[in-house]
Amino acid sequence: MLADNTPGRRAFKIFNTLLMIIIAFLCLAPFIHVLFASISDPALVNKNEDIILFPLGRISFHGYKLVFGNPSIGMGYLNTLFYVVIGTLVSLVLTVLGAYAFSRKQFMLRNALMFLATFTMLFNGGMIPNFLLVKNLGLIDSRWAIILPTAINVFNLIIMRTSFMQIPDSLEESARIDGAGDLVILVKIILPVSKAVIAVVVLFTAVSIWNSWFSSALYLNSRDKFPLQIILREILIQNDMSSTVGAGVNEYFNVDLYKQLVKYCTIIVSTVPILCVYPFVQKYFVKGIMIGSLKG
Amino acid sequence: MTFFQKLGHDFKRNKMLYLISFPVVAFLIIFSYIPMGGLVMAFEKFSPKGGIFSSPWVGFDNFKHFFQSVYFLRVLGNTFLLSFYDLIFGFWAPIIFALLLNEIKDGLFKKTIQTISYLPYFVSMVVICGLIMDFTGGDGFISRAALIFGSKDASLLSNPANFRSIFVVSNIWQGLGYGSIIYLAALSSVDQELFEAARMDGAGRLRQIWHITLPGISSTIVIMLILRIGLLLTVNFEKVLLLYSPATYETADVISTYVYRKGILGLDYGYSTAVGLFNSVIAFILVAGSNALAKRYSDVSLY
Repeated sequence: MLADNTPGRRAFKIFNTLLMIIIAFLCLAPFIHVLFASISDPALVNKNEDIILFPLGRISFHGYKLVFGNPSIGMGYLNTLFYVVIGTLVSLVLTVLGAYAFSRKQFMLRNALMFLATFTMLFNGGMIPNFLLVKNLGLIDSRWAIILPTAINVFNLIIMRTSFMQIPDSLEESARIDGAGDLVILVKIILPVSKAVIAVVVLFTAVSIWNSWFSSALYLNSRDKFPLQIILREILIQNDMSSTVGAGVNEYFNVDLYKQLVKYCTIIVSTVPILCVYPFVQKYFVKGIMIGSLKG
Repeated sequence: MTFFQKLGHDFKRNKMLYLISFPVVAFLIIFSYIPMGGLVMAFEKFSPKGGIFSSPWVGFDNFKHFFQSVYFLRVLGNTFLLSFYDLIFGFWAPIIFALLLNEIKDGLFKKTIQTISYLPYFVSMVVICGLIMDFTGGDGFISRAALIFGSKDASLLSNPANFRSIFVVSNIWQGLGYGSIIYLAALSSVDQELFEAARMDGAGRLRQIWHITLPGISSTIVIMLILRIGLLLTVNFEKVLLLYSPATYETADVISTYVYRKGILGLDYGYSTAVGLFNSVIAFILVAGSNALAKRYSDVSLY
């Protein structure tokens, strides 16, 4: 135990602890800045040149009023919820079916079909052929264009298949002797012992759909189908405030004064669900990475 | 028995498994393999009217056109450099972070730091890029701070000379915590008795790290490095698309964003498919090669 008490060791411990706190602060700082800026006096926010670690001026929620008064935000939220729920459901069903079939030892084509799937991770048609396919299927400006093309995520398929393969055969065999077919085995034997991997795949899928924007930018034209991320891109990246102004908050609305504030409030409103949920779901992500790196 | 006899046999025995596989295989064929067939466009003077089957065949003209254009070296170079800098500077960050975090013995403190460090990973790319623009754009906090250190740009992000640094540094920030997960897992499986033995022999902390910890996770590091090298032509182009602007095309325009502008915005489908195919083929060779290497090295690989 000698080595643990040297002055050098103690100095390192202090240094290391400080460094970790600094890193954690750097991860949080932009969000703290946004949070406090969003409830600050808009004029002071515009003039501000520093990172904001406490609210500037009188605390006001005016920015949030503007954001909640913007119908695009609410609609975007609902659309995103739809894409997340339906997309995750479709993806989960396909992944479970594929993972079950491709993990059965008695299935002659299991490796061939798994290769068919994994090959798409290495090589694919790319943006233009995918776009034209969706166009030729008549899915442009359809909600299905957001859900169907990405429904199978091969990484998730691998994770689930690997996990299904680790379930002892004896469970399946005894059910077969009792005359159970594949569907019964899948639903009654495999799924009940696979809750963790199902949670992993559901969360991977849901978070990725929640955060995705590019396929919506490619395939959707009507505003009423836009997910939240597209509205966010409009406000944050393209600097387009027309949806907020168009909401007719009041006719003397000063766009320039509120521009920054509205951006900050929009970030908070759109990110809070993720911020609240991620500390609880991150352990499943860790688990998913583990299974993924174990490999079957 | 021929292959088909065996297949017929298997089909009779496992009808249900064939049925269960059907939706997955159908999805793969429709949404992955049919677009691969669409790649013939790269060899055609494609017009939407003629479609894939009756557009005139032009062989490698689209590729030649790309190789001879001024964009070729620019987008190829930008794609490679963004990825290369990301590898050189970004690869080690999660490893060092994991090593340092592993030295923290207080469980709750460690867990808290870890959880906070995952945060940027979970926030959407649009919001992250919104933040990057806010901080490094005109009048942004980081732009202002850089003025003090002799920068001359009111907006760091609109100077092409800064684009790569902003891209890579923000990537490190986004992936530091999440990227460390795999190394922390490897670290936790290092045999604790080895440390005990080393301490008995009077080895200091640094020597323990050098002789026990690092060798313990070296295979993970090597695999991750090989796999990362395989992705050298795969840039997160959605991030580039959100952050770049005509002012920064010079350093920011990558192959995929060029394909996007030419194909989706410019409607030049044949040409942009050819450019995309060029990228996919090289990326495929890199990924397949690095995976083969990783497989030989251990049983871990990307797929």
